[in-house]
Amino acid sequence: MRSDDVFNLTLRALAVTVIAGFLALTWFLWKSAMPALEATGAAFAWRTEWDPVLGDFGALPFLWGTLVSSLLALMLSAPVSIGAALFLTDIAPRGIRAPIAFLIEMLAAIPSVVYGIWGIFVLAPFVREYVHPLLNGNLGFLPLFDGPPFGLGMLTAAMVLAVMITPTITAVCREVFRSVPDPLREAATGLGATRWEMIRLAVIKTSISGIFGAMILGLGRALGETMAVTMVIGNRPDISISLFKPAATMASVIANEYAEAQGDAHLSALAAIGLVLLLVSSLVNIGARWIIKRTESKTHV
Amino acid sequence: MLAKSTSRTIAATVTSGLMLGFASLTPATVAKSETLINGAGATFPQPLYSRWFSDYRAVDKSVAINYQGVGSSGGIRQLLTGTVDFGASDEPMNAEESAKAKSPVHHIPAAMGAVALSYNLPGNPALKLTPDVIADMFLGKITKWNDARVAETNPGVKLPDVAIMIAYRSDGSGTTAIMTEYLSAVSPAWKTKPGQGKSVKWPTGLGGKGNAGVAGMIKQNPGTLGYVELVYAVSNKLPVAAIKNAAGEFVEPSIAAVTAAAKARTKEIIAADFKLSIVNSPGKGAYPISSMTWLLVPENMPASKSGPFAGFLKWSMGDAAQKTAESLHYAALPKEVRAAALERIGKIKFK
Repeated sequence: MRSDDVFNLTLRALAVTVIAGFLALTWFLWKSAMPALEATGAAFAWRTEWDPVLGDFGALPFLWGTLVSSLLALMLSAPVSIGAALFLTDIAPRGIRAPIAFLIEMLAAIPSVVYGIWGIFVLAPFVREYVHPLLNGNLGFLPLFDGPPFGLGMLTAAMVLAVMITPTITAVCREVFRSVPDPLREAATGLGATRWEMIRLAVIKTSISGIFGAMILGLGRALGETMAVTMVIGNRPDISISLFKPAATMASVIANEYAEAQGDAHLSALAAIGLVLLLVSSLVNIGARWIIKRTESKTHV
Repeated sequence: MLAKSTSRTIAATVTSGLMLGFASLTPATVAKSETLINGAGATFPQPLYSRWFSDYRAVDKSVAINYQGVGSSGGIRQLLTGTVDFGASDEPMNAEESAKAKSPVHHIPAAMGAVALSYNLPGNPALKLTPDVIADMFLGKITKWNDARVAETNPGVKLPDVAIMIAYRSDGSGTTAIMTEYLSAVSPAWKTKPGQGKSVKWPTGLGGKGNAGVAGMIKQNPGTLGYVELVYAVSNKLPVAAIKNAAGEFVEPSIAAVTAAAKARTKEIIAADFKLSIVNSPGKGAYPISSMTWLLVPENMPASKSGPFAGFLKWSMGDAAQKTAESLHYAALPKEVRAAALERIGKIKFK
């Protein structure tokens, strides 16, 4: 009985430590960001200037860069990841399922700086030589594909991110599909469904909320990714609809400028960017939970 | 009971073990009364400082100097909060920083460096660029390599009809500070906007992280023009442009040309207590994008450390130390500046 109490208290203390850590971090960011927020108010979040020399700071270009690159990465990665997970649970011969799953999960173990180097030396030249001529040459009249052939920029960053979040989404989707009871699959097949119909009706439809959860986990990783993005995005705080133009993200500007920030105003503005990033990540998570709850209750009715 | 006595025995064993450990360590380290001096700051001179500090062990075995390359601003911040004994910076401290210092901070020049303009053109011909052309390229006003103003100073060079892409440092850096200081010195338009600093709002171009990031962009993209540290350009054999200096000559970046830039302004350097920018120096053979790098010595350094550190500073002004600097591609300080610095070090009144 006494050892149970000790165990109980220890666990409570550990849980409180985690929460205290989060609160302390938020408080530190808030305190450091205060001077910058006092100068511009809430407008900090939608001001477009970022000029460290004049001390004029706003978060919008970075907010834009973070959200667009992450959502784009999710759009590129989600179909591949969901497809790969379905292949692993329902299509692939049993013998090769585990090795392929292992290889995909290995992608998550690669350090992000290695992804960055791969982005610079392999992906960027590929985008410059093949993707840009293809999209810009044929569809260059669209603002989306109107841009210079640097090979570095929003699209390259999103592609690197897409590869980085694929193992996360695939692994979670695979678990979700595996948890679909086999009798459901057998029932669908027994009713005369083809393999595709069986997967669509028995597997995907019952897993919608799980798939969504997997995508949010991937998005979360993309939002905070720093090093690989910094190396390929071009680091220019511009807001442009073009996929080929350089951009900058919240995490990348902090990594770039914090060490050599000159003056308290600049430091404080970077802390404020950190606060906005924390807020965005929290909102994404809260929103995701809400949507998952809604889809869950719908599919169970 | 059993558990308790066991843990006591373990504790006793650990304690005695630790004491034994200390006892055996004591004669090796503490008995010689070694002085440990900690510093942090600029990354640009870090290879030189590391070498100097290890070389100096041979001169004075009782002093160990540690240095962390955290960046100039980081070094100044750590110096102001008292985490380190000395700092190092590629730029003199500004008024805001000086005001925060608890005691005067003396700037002792250590060596010099330069920023080179590197490019990627077919065949990488030798290029000659004038200050106003450079400024207009970085401002985005000259957009093509075959612009008449570029061709004017490069007769015989086949300049392609290729867009100029500017590559800049995305991370805050002393190299950017020197580059933008030069651009501000030669272009009134640049001086108004974006101005000078370690991070600025670049009118055009793409940002790469570190010298390696910028060099990578230059190497991979035909038409790119960017700036890197001279040390980096030399050791990676990058093509570099000759730049027209204030005396009207085209000068390629080299350590001799950097020393020449300082030599022409010796008197002013001494008059400014060494806190002088030497960009756009009027001297003959002077490379215009040159700069000194400083060790920042606070007056309130503890007495046990200030003596040995002053000894090191004096040594660093000697021929041997400056030769070492040159072997690492840093420019040596002119003789007159070193003599003045030596005198200056002797005059620091440590508290």
